Amino acid sequence: MRKTMQSVAAAGAVAIVAATGAPALGQSTSDEIAKYREALQDGNPAELWEARGEAMWKTPRGPAKVSFERCDLGLGPGVVKGAYAQLPRYFPDAKRVMDLETRLVWCMVNQQGMTEAAARKTVFGNGSEKRSDLEALAAYVASQSQGVAMNVPIDEPHVHDMYRLGEKMFYYRGGTHDFACATCHGDDGRRIRLQDLPNLTKTEGAQKAYTTWPAYRVSQGELRTFQWRLNDCFRQQRFPELEYGSDASIALTAYLAGRANGAAYDGPAIKR
Amino acid sequence: MADPMKIRANLVGDSTEVKVLMSHEMETGQRKDAQGNVIPAWFIQKVTVLHGDKIVLSAQWGPAVSKNPFVSFRFKGGAKGDKVKITWVDSRNDTRTDEATIA
Amino acid sequence: MRTFVATRVAMMISAVGVVLHGCASAPPETDDAAARAAAMMKSSFKAHGQATLARLDQDETQRLCSEYAGRPLPAPIVERIQKANLATIRYPGDNNLVGDWKAGEKIAQSGQGFQYSDDPKGPAGANCYACHQLSPKELSYGTIGPSLYRFGKLRGYTDETRRYAWQKIYNAEAFAACSSMPRFGYHGILTEQQIRDVVALLVDPASPVNQ
Repeated sequence: MRKTMQSVAAAGAVAIVAATGAPALGQSTSDEIAKYREALQDGNPAELWEARGEAMWKTPRGPAKVSFERCDLGLGPGVVKGAYAQLPRYFPDAKRVMDLETRLVWCMVNQQGMTEAAARKTVFGNGSEKRSDLEALAAYVASQSQGVAMNVPIDEPHVHDMYRLGEKMFYYRGGTHDFACATCHGDDGRRIRLQDLPNLTKTEGAQKAYTTWPAYRVSQGELRTFQWRLNDCFRQQRFPELEYGSDASIALTAYLAGRANGAAYDGPAIKR
Repeated sequence: MADPMKIRANLVGDSTEVKVLMSHEMETGQRKDAQGNVIPAWFIQKVTVLHGDKIVLSAQWGPAVSKNPFVSFRFKGGAKGDKVKITWVDSRNDTRTDEATIA
Repeated sequence: MRTFVATRVAMMISAVGVVLHGCASAPPETDDAAARAAAMMKSSFKAHGQATLARLDQDETQRLCSEYAGRPLPAPIVERIQKANLATIRYPGDNNLVGDWKAGEKIAQSGQGFQYSDDPKGPAGANCYACHQLSPKELSYGTIGPSLYRFGKLRGYTDETRRYAWQKIYNAEAFAACSSMPRFGYHGILTEQQIRDVVALLVDPASPVNQ
């Protein structure tokens, strides 16, 4: 559950341990950062994207002038409540395992009559002049799964296969720096600079991580989705660019979302 | 026309607690784009909150306030059903007014 | 509803036992999942600037480390990887392994280089502080690797220490098969002079690392 905080005022204060000799930074700084994060929960700008997405969901759009109320996210046409918590899943009409974003694009193309190119024109927004409809829609749909236990159908054969492939990809070492997802996310107690890294190979870490995306990234000033998170991880891994809605992106999402099964979805959240 | 604000107003004891999330770029004028050109400053300069016809909060903001500002404050008085009206004006003279009912 | 029926059918198939593997843990390598995953990756990425698709091609070390990820490395594999990586290490012609620690500190602080968002002409950093503690003055350090505080002081200011530092930076997997540390020399991330400077940061008695 999102917590409400008393005051937002001086929440930015972070206690720095004075360095004498070999300082062990550890707990006090981590605790202060955690307090700062809690204070940010109130007034999460993600709500602005959720509101925009909700309006968009109900508005007839595209050449066919159809709203998303016909879009089946797995629980029936137009059913949004709880939908995010059971994605990715296999869709027989598309003959494909899809995450939320690829399913939204599918509905835009197959129901609203848009071309694939038009639907994907701006997938990651950049300021008020360059907005992403997909980010707003994702924020809205995700918000409707708040508090719902993650229940990705990982035993369904198609999803199961993608889950296994995603696991292999998680450990795929490559690029100029020999990085894999596991390099940062494969063990407990890892931190890059001062950013704590969740251990995605353990249930607890996977649950905490997956249930907080989409999220408003303060440093981006934007609402970012899991497709964005994967894309940006690979950029930093010195890999080429992960294509939006690609098979690999869905396989990795199936793996990481599946590992979060059982945990209550807690987004859209707010992150640094 | 700018995006609507999200406003929550609740009675807490004998005060009203107001929380408002505004949608605004709040560009400081210090940033540069990918080509190296300065992105022009564009930020909310004035915020006024009315309870009935009484000003309960008046603020003058500058570029130090971050994008998509969130403000939380309390004022004495207010009753369930009363209207709280919030207006902002920015450096381009754009303005936005939204209303909420005290719950 | 059609969706509901499809889900019921899927569940019935599962119950009959068509699904062979449990999803809870990594099963032993009995199928082609690794090969299919690699193929799927290649078709899911696109070249962007300096980050070409060739970066997805794995060398022998990357392939083995991916294959054994999440499980203990058998001793023969460890030996094979370490031996192969040791053989890749090149030394400067003049045998001078130590440069300027001040330049080394800048290289350790910089995380630039080789991302498709980076300037391909710009110098790369080693981003040491992302994973390691080094100078005690820098509080913003990572914990993916061990602390390097007092690296030179603890090992002794000897030729052996200088040489080890050079080797480790050049190719960390010569000593630790499947290490998380990038192979800075082998992959050409750092220039010869840059490696000298980072070595200096670690082994120079005047370096903040050794204070």
